[in-house]
Amino acid sequence: MNSGIDLEMSFTQGVQNLGLSHELAHLLWIPLPMLLVLVSAVIGVLVTVWLERKISAAAQQRIGPEYAGALGILQPMADGLKLLVKEDIIPAKADSILFTVGPILVLVPVILSWLIVPFGQNLLISNVGIGIFLWIALSSIQPIGLLMSGYSSNNKYSLLGGLRAAAQSISYEIPLALAVLAIVMMSNSLSTVDIVEQQNTAGFLSWNIWRQPVGFIIFWICALAECERLPFDLPEAEEELVAGYQTEYAGMKFALFYLAGYINLVLSALLVSVLYLGGWGFPISIDWFSSLIGVSIDNPLVQIIAASLGIVMTILKAYLLVFLAILLRWTTPRVRIDQLLDLGWKFLLPISLVNLLVTASLKLAFPMTFGG
Amino acid sequence: MNIAYSTELICFLVLSSVIVSGSLAVVLLENIVYSAFLLGGVFMAVAGLYLLLNASFVAAAQILVYVGAVNVLILFAIMLVNKKEKLKPIKGLKSRKLISGGVCGGLLILLLRVSISTKWSLPGPTSIGEEATERIGEHLFTDYLLPFELASILLLMAMIGAIVLARREVSFPIDNINDSKDQKSLIDKKIPLLSENSLK
Repeated sequence: MNSGIDLEMSFTQGVQNLGLSHELAHLLWIPLPMLLVLVSAVIGVLVTVWLERKISAAAQQRIGPEYAGALGILQPMADGLKLLVKEDIIPAKADSILFTVGPILVLVPVILSWLIVPFGQNLLISNVGIGIFLWIALSSIQPIGLLMSGYSSNNKYSLLGGLRAAAQSISYEIPLALAVLAIVMMSNSLSTVDIVEQQNTAGFLSWNIWRQPVGFIIFWICALAECERLPFDLPEAEEELVAGYQTEYAGMKFALFYLAGYINLVLSALLVSVLYLGGWGFPISIDWFSSLIGVSIDNPLVQIIAASLGIVMTILKAYLLVFLAILLRWTTPRVRIDQLLDLGWKFLLPISLVNLLVTASLKLAFPMTFGG
Repeated sequence: MNIAYSTELICFLVLSSVIVSGSLAVVLLENIVYSAFLLGGVFMAVAGLYLLLNASFVAAAQILVYVGAVNVLILFAIMLVNKKEKLKPIKGLKSRKLISGGVCGGLLILLLRVSISTKWSLPGPTSIGEEATERIGEHLFTDYLLPFELASILLLMAMIGAIVLARREVSFPIDNINDSKDQKSLIDKKIPLLSENSLK
């Protein structure tokens, strides 16, 4: 495989040419991708919120936001601004320290997980060796933040919501991890870059969704449950729990929960596209296409086109999944808590174990197709 | 002293002070909920130490197992039984505290003596970084095959047990909540917040 565009290398070399040491250049480089990802995550959330409002309106035969910007596209900005300037209320009987730390503990792991989302060969913050495992580990911190905010609010609805959220997130993490494990077994690597590369040998035919259809469905259900989206939004079921662990929150602290929820949704969609839908890969292999029109793959123009196409493809696939999630939210009823836990423990867990076993035996039987 | 080394040193000092003060607070704080949350913080700081030693897989596993599973389970247990009631005063609490403090202090002195008197080979072996995951896998399936297999059988048994327990049909008593006479009996029954099945 060619290495493609390496921005870090060109940046550090450019800075070094200005007369700075290599270490200093590296130190200057480090904050840049982080900032970029933070900005892109927030923009992704704004787009998703707008989509959610527009699609929900369409599902209910309304018009939805209309006046703020063309087609109401600035509405999420207005919402965010409103939350930013709202009064920050801490209930008198609440535990103010835990009340403040809770939302932060929910948001930070989600943002950290963006570390491993690749938009191209070298277009990710850090190709850490543990890759996808880092995301699973980080997402297991979230329930602590939920329990913390649920407990510290000193409100029975909050406590119940927090407990529900933690129970839900723990029970769906196991099938999720098992589904990821099957993918990891096929690509012989935890790194997201390797997982995508292994899928892009023959265009869309080599995507993992054809080899792991059951895993794909398990992962999608679990991702929806982890994001607390309907049909699994029990922690904040309005009719039963007011708003669950968010009940007592207002202003910026509420916005942190809101942000975490939507960033998690976009992140899950991105990871589904990375794990199952070939990530940055174009449905038709670019190597094949460039050889067809007789241009070398190392041509800078081809490289730039391929890189931008990769970003567009990743985002396009992710937003198709976000669209699906929004449509599901506005068209499905909510499950009960016992149904939710039944689904997780009695159905998804055995199925994902069987899926793992079948993948392992298929890998032994057909090492060519299932990554020997 | 270059930038990388000083960053590492600062990280190490911060992490170890967090670990020491955090674990002291876990033991000494009166509020058990604070202790449980701080325990999670201590586990995370330990994961940070692993990360500093270039053992990223171990760090992630530490977070997944200790923070994500053990600590959440502890918190769950505390929050489900956390009734606001005064504990009965224990007899001779002061002498008990003194004795346990003495034991811990003795252990600390012993460990300090070991760490000072041992001739550590410096610098230690170079870290293999990203290869570590594969190396751990190799070791697990060659040198440590028997303990690994035993542990996996144990975990599989626990998992199957969880599924079997969850599959068991549980019948809940049906209460007529609209009847005012039954309201009293409903309160007396003290139905738990979550059914037994959901506590996993």
